[in-house]
Amino acid sequence: MPSLKEYRNRIVSVKSTRKITSAMKMVAASKLKKAQEQAQASQPYATAMIDMMRRVAANVVVGPQSPKLLIGTGSDQVHLVVLVTSDRGLCGGFNSNVLRRTRLEIRKLVAEGKTVKLLCVGRKGRDILKREFGDRMINSFSGIGAKGKVNFADADQVSQYILEQFSAGAFDVCTLMYNEFASVLAQRPIAQQLIPFNMPEMKVANENAKTEEKGEVKSPYSFEPEEELILGQLLPRNLSIQIFRALLDSAAGEQAARMTAMDNATRNAGDMINKLSVQYNRARQAFITKELIEIISGAEAV
Amino acid sequence: MSEVTVNGTFNFELVSPERKLMSGPAKMVVIPGEEGDFGVLPGHSALVASIRPGVVEITMEGSTDVQRIFIAGGFADVSPTNCTVLAEEAVNVNDLNQADLEQTIRNLNEDMGMAKDDMERARIARKLTLTRAKLQGLTGKAVA
Repeated sequence: MPSLKEYRNRIVSVKSTRKITSAMKMVAASKLKKAQEQAQASQPYATAMIDMMRRVAANVVVGPQSPKLLIGTGSDQVHLVVLVTSDRGLCGGFNSNVLRRTRLEIRKLVAEGKTVKLLCVGRKGRDILKREFGDRMINSFSGIGAKGKVNFADADQVSQYILEQFSAGAFDVCTLMYNEFASVLAQRPIAQQLIPFNMPEMKVANENAKTEEKGEVKSPYSFEPEEELILGQLLPRNLSIQIFRALLDSAAGEQAARMTAMDNATRNAGDMINKLSVQYNRARQAFITKELIEIISGAEAV
Repeated sequence: MSEVTVNGTFNFELVSPERKLMSGPAKMVVIPGEEGDFGVLPGHSALVASIRPGVVEITMEGSTDVQRIFIAGGFADVSPTNCTVLAEEAVNVNDLNQADLEQTIRNLNEDMGMAKDDMERARIARKLTLTRAKLQGLTGKAVA
């Protein structure tokens, strides 16, 4: 049985752990609020962008001359998986969920005989997958949102890199894996295809164009420069926006996951302190009883 | 949504990826389109245009002042009642400082000389074009 001093030391150490986890929880909560506000603030641009894409798409007929970002390279042999994780740990199952999803995806693609390349955004994903898929990793980015704020420039940097690789013909299909911020309690790992870009409205517009040939100029919009050129400029921009949104979602999700994890840790530490206190009190009581017995039996012997 | 030409204004919005910068009724907006500057008044025909780096001039409702905002390229979505500018980066021209910009250009030129690979050079070149456009937006005003 441990001595009283050992009990006391353990209680002190668990108490200080609890202080740390509860402080981390508070910090995560305030960061989460900021991240959510930022995600909110980026909404108008994304909405306006989608509106504009829809308008342009309604006037463009997809053909072989369309931008490759939209129609793809005509092959799906080489896949690029872009994985978004956090830079820091201690956030519960946040990173492992998206990593598990990514591993499955990569194995599936490999089993289908595809070539898979990996691009990691965030230090955790890079460190963990380095051992397993080190030869597939083409690059990694980290330090995004390090100053408590995800900048659009960060997203742009990632998308510029992806675009460079794409125009160099390094891959055919690009998928983004990240944690979607469903709620404070739940972050869902999801896979989103970035290249070729999926635009549901586009296909609808196409069918319409085929069925009613004369209704070709449906929208009263004029374009400057012409719609194909605008589309060519909108698509890379849209890629940045999609990545930016994923980074924001991931940043908010990370803080939410950390908050939940730290809340649990704080509660567990509290339980542990209670349990240790009970044990400590029992041990102390036993010690006192033992001393009393010793004194009484000593007195009786005289 | 305000009605067309009821009071001679339309809804103007300036948004960057990070936040909404301006929003409200405007009397007139001049946008540096890729194929030339164009002015937007209430009832402008529907137009989608891409924007080159340059200065957007905005006259809001109930004011005669022209707000000059530099944007680093983007897109404009114009309809008779609305005008939305999607800007990649936006700075008020009043916040720009000629000496600072010139210094930045000098620094970038130096960086260019020291750049190691093509990617870095391309990045610096982008910044350089932007800063030059900013300077032009600023001095263009000063001359006029």
